[in-house]
Amino acid sequence: MADTPFLIGENMTGGYGPVDILHNCTIAVNKGEIAVIVGPNGAGKSTAMKATFGMLNLRGGRVMLDGEDITKLSPQARVRKGMGFVPQTHNIFTGMTVEENLEMGAFIRDDEVGIKETMEQIYGLFPILRQKRYQAAGELSGGQRQQVAVGRALMTKPSVLLLDEPTAGVSPIVMDELFDRIIEIARTGISILMVEQNARQALDIADKGYVLVQGANRFTDTGEALLADPEVRRSFLGG
Amino acid sequence: MATSTRNLLLFAGVALLFILTGLFQSWNLSLQILNIGILSAIMALGVNMQWGYAGLFSTGIVGSVALGGLAVVVVSAKPVPEGFAAGGWAVLGGLALGVAVIVAATLLYRAMKPGRLRALAVTALVVAGFFLYRYVFDQGVAAVEAFNPATYGNIGGFGLPSLLAWPVGAIFAGLGAWVIGKIALGLRSDYLAIATLGIAEIIVVVLKSEDWLARGVKNVTGLPRPWPVPYEVDLQADPEFVARVTGWGFDPITASTIFVKLLYLAIFGAVLLAIIWASERALNSPWGRMMRAIRDNEVAASAMGKNVTRRHLQIFIIGSAVVGLAGAMLTSMEGQLVPGVYSPLRFTFLIWVMVIVGGSGNNWGAVLGGLLLGWLWLAVEYLGPGLMGWLTAALPAGDLKTHLIDSAQHMRLVTLGIVLLLVLRFAPRGLIPEK
Amino acid sequence: MDFLNALVALLNFVVIPGVAYGSQLALGALGVTLIFGVLRFSNFAHGDTMAFGTAIVIMFTWLFQSWGISFGPLPTALLALPFGIAATAALVLATDAGIYKFYRRQKAAPIILVIVSAGVMFVMNGLVRLIIGVEERNFTDGARFLLDGNTFKAATGLAEPLVIKTTVAVTVVVAVICVAALFWFLQKTRTGKSMRAFSDNEDLALLSGINPDRVVQVTWIIAAALAVIAGTLYGLDKSFRPFVYFQLLLPVFAAAVVGGLGSPLGAIAGGYIVALSEVVLTYAWKKVATYVLPDSLAPDGLMQLLSTDYKVAVSFSILIIVLLFMPTGIFKGK
Repeated sequence: MADTPFLIGENMTGGYGPVDILHNCTIAVNKGEIAVIVGPNGAGKSTAMKATFGMLNLRGGRVMLDGEDITKLSPQARVRKGMGFVPQTHNIFTGMTVEENLEMGAFIRDDEVGIKETMEQIYGLFPILRQKRYQAAGELSGGQRQQVAVGRALMTKPSVLLLDEPTAGVSPIVMDELFDRIIEIARTGISILMVEQNARQALDIADKGYVLVQGANRFTDTGEALLADPEVRRSFLGG
Repeated sequence: MATSTRNLLLFAGVALLFILTGLFQSWNLSLQILNIGILSAIMALGVNMQWGYAGLFSTGIVGSVALGGLAVVVVSAKPVPEGFAAGGWAVLGGLALGVAVIVAATLLYRAMKPGRLRALAVTALVVAGFFLYRYVFDQGVAAVEAFNPATYGNIGGFGLPSLLAWPVGAIFAGLGAWVIGKIALGLRSDYLAIATLGIAEIIVVVLKSEDWLARGVKNVTGLPRPWPVPYEVDLQADPEFVARVTGWGFDPITASTIFVKLLYLAIFGAVLLAIIWASERALNSPWGRMMRAIRDNEVAASAMGKNVTRRHLQIFIIGSAVVGLAGAMLTSMEGQLVPGVYSPLRFTFLIWVMVIVGGSGNNWGAVLGGLLLGWLWLAVEYLGPGLMGWLTAALPAGDLKTHLIDSAQHMRLVTLGIVLLLVLRFAPRGLIPEK
Repeated sequence: MDFLNALVALLNFVVIPGVAYGSQLALGALGVTLIFGVLRFSNFAHGDTMAFGTAIVIMFTWLFQSWGISFGPLPTALLALPFGIAATAALVLATDAGIYKFYRRQKAAPIILVIVSAGVMFVMNGLVRLIIGVEERNFTDGARFLLDGNTFKAATGLAEPLVIKTTVAVTVVVAVICVAALFWFLQKTRTGKSMRAFSDNEDLALLSGINPDRVVQVTWIIAAALAVIAGTLYGLDKSFRPFVYFQLLLPVFAAAVVGGLGSPLGAIAGGYIVALSEVVLTYAWKKVATYVLPDSLAPDGLMQLLSTDYKVAVSFSILIIVLLFMPTGIFKGK
């Protein structure tokens, strides 16, 4: 299973405009595993992840999902193929209630019973959301908003979830809790690909880690091995 | 060089329109349209500064034109000493009081700490101030309007030369723009459009209903002509002029009207060229480059430390002042102030279409648009009903025929709207694009 | 007794007309605010959309009248409403497909869309004049009064009459029904929620698989329906003149901005705030004051704060106050 990654962006080259940001960059995640992209500012971490989601033009390489080539699909079409994406900012409907946020996440589904079921699962995963289900999402705290954002993406029952810096701007305690939940989500068989600023903690929970520099792969290994690698520690984890 | 040939051809084409009008209709009409076209071109230059240089969309151009017209009445209308003596000071005092209340309220608002007390104090001041203002102002208005309402009923003007009214018109319009710009600039771009729509409507309503000022809908007529334009009757009575033109084989009456129009043409043309010269200089100066930089990327410009709102306010005021200048010139050429003519269609929308068709951001484009659409607009006004009459000549007289003839003027609205939409869609850079 | 008379006069000349006018403005402002929320520009053509729809309603009213169809005591125009809405919805959908869609695809700046909508405004304005002319049209029929002054005076023995015109009652009832239906739609239905989601966060709505074209179309249809209803109610209550509808644009915008552009609740509140301020400031208070004040203090003048010519100044002043002190409006729009 580990040999055929569930989602892989292979040798991706491209950018938003005429300038290439990614250079022959490869990112992959296996079924039910957590893969983390780390690296210095401006290394193209988010860009690499967005490339797998079809948010920029690739001039080279391809993206495969479960053995199918999805390189040409739009982000919306990829959502229907089973990819969930949580943007870094503006990732909730602030004027709508928590429950409506989840409902909107399930917009492409029309099995009403199934939707209720998924919603229950999400409330089980994030109990605080059940308490605040009728409150406007914009009124919640930073950590709770991230839970809404992740919950919204989970509503489509994705097979792979992309998270863009899910812990940006939340306190360390909340961050630990969020990581715990992410591990829980991965245990249900959903693959997780995330970009993280807090490299050490993220690699700690990662099955696979990618260290990017200037849009290219620098180091790729298991999270554990990367944490142990002295060069990675020196250059990217602050010693 | 291909572009400059193209531009010359475009201007030649417009010139041809005026020549054909002269040959087939009359030179009087052609010159009349040309003069108004030049004034429209000046207004278009003002709007082009706001939109083309700075990306500001104002829907209140008619307000600036009307303020320019008002300036002519204030500066050059004959004084009405009796009317002024009756209540002029009370009216002006009332207005000054009104301004003082607004200033005091602003100062109070700034001086006090936010909270309920401040809201109460400021509201109380404004309400009390309003009643005091109305008390003083109403008495003055009643007294002024009571004096010989059939002829005057207003406070009159200063009786100064009409030429002096032109810069004053620019100042009036600039002041109006300052007030509205101070409030609406720096917010969402839509708000300027909405706020200017409102202020323009208010300015026109003031002109229509404040009889003490410019006689409202009773109109002010007999405004003096700007130096050195003579009156036709005086020319016709001048034996020297009559002798000379008859010597050249012209009819003295036609010759006098054409002579007057040519003089206007010379004066307006000179003003137009001066404004183009000044704005070309400005556009190519560091200031102009900064303006365009701000227009193209506000975020970047403000990140570089440019005060975007302040620059916008500057250009908004200057643009409105240019429009006000043209508005004053128009009123002093027509010799009367008729508030009813200030329709948003004619003086806001048409000018907009001139700028966009001509080429936003390009002064020559604005001039070309002004002359071309000025010609189209007025030619249709003079020729349209005739054309429609000719087209419907075969129809029996009846409802349908009247309806079609009446609808000629509404077609103008539809046509202009469609022209604007088509240009925006297919040639957003206009006939003479920005370099 | 004097106090009751004053109260009745207040109701009759200020509150009732204010509420009716407020309902009309609120419906108009709802359309503006929905379009702003979803398409992100201030639609300058909204006043003329109201005029166009009303013109069609008037044509159908005439047709029905010529066929001898009436709606009993209610205005025939109510029967013609669905036809006006259908025609207007078709027109705005065609406008969107032919004009606005292009700029949406280009992700043009909002101000470009504002200019384009001003172009559309003039085309529509011309169309309306071509269809129905520029003259004033009265198309109210049915019973004139729900409660007429003499009946009221006879029943209560008061000197002041209380009059409720049928058109006023119809305005309020229709407005309540429309607002309730709109809020039910926005809060409870899937399409309504997707509209709110799209207005809240366009990118995320796209990520969630919401179809933007459908949201935009639904928004246009609702805005057109609200515009036609608002325009027809205004025309029934007062009269129809194309130029007046163009001038309604300012109070409608003021109402939408006061409430906060993009906020439906705000648009309703804004409609009533603008309408009541307008009526209160332009009403001659002499009558009410004479009842309340002792004779020695009886007013000489009309006690009118502003002449009715300056109605437009009221909307404008409210707009300015809001822009100065709370640019996002009472209900925190965008």
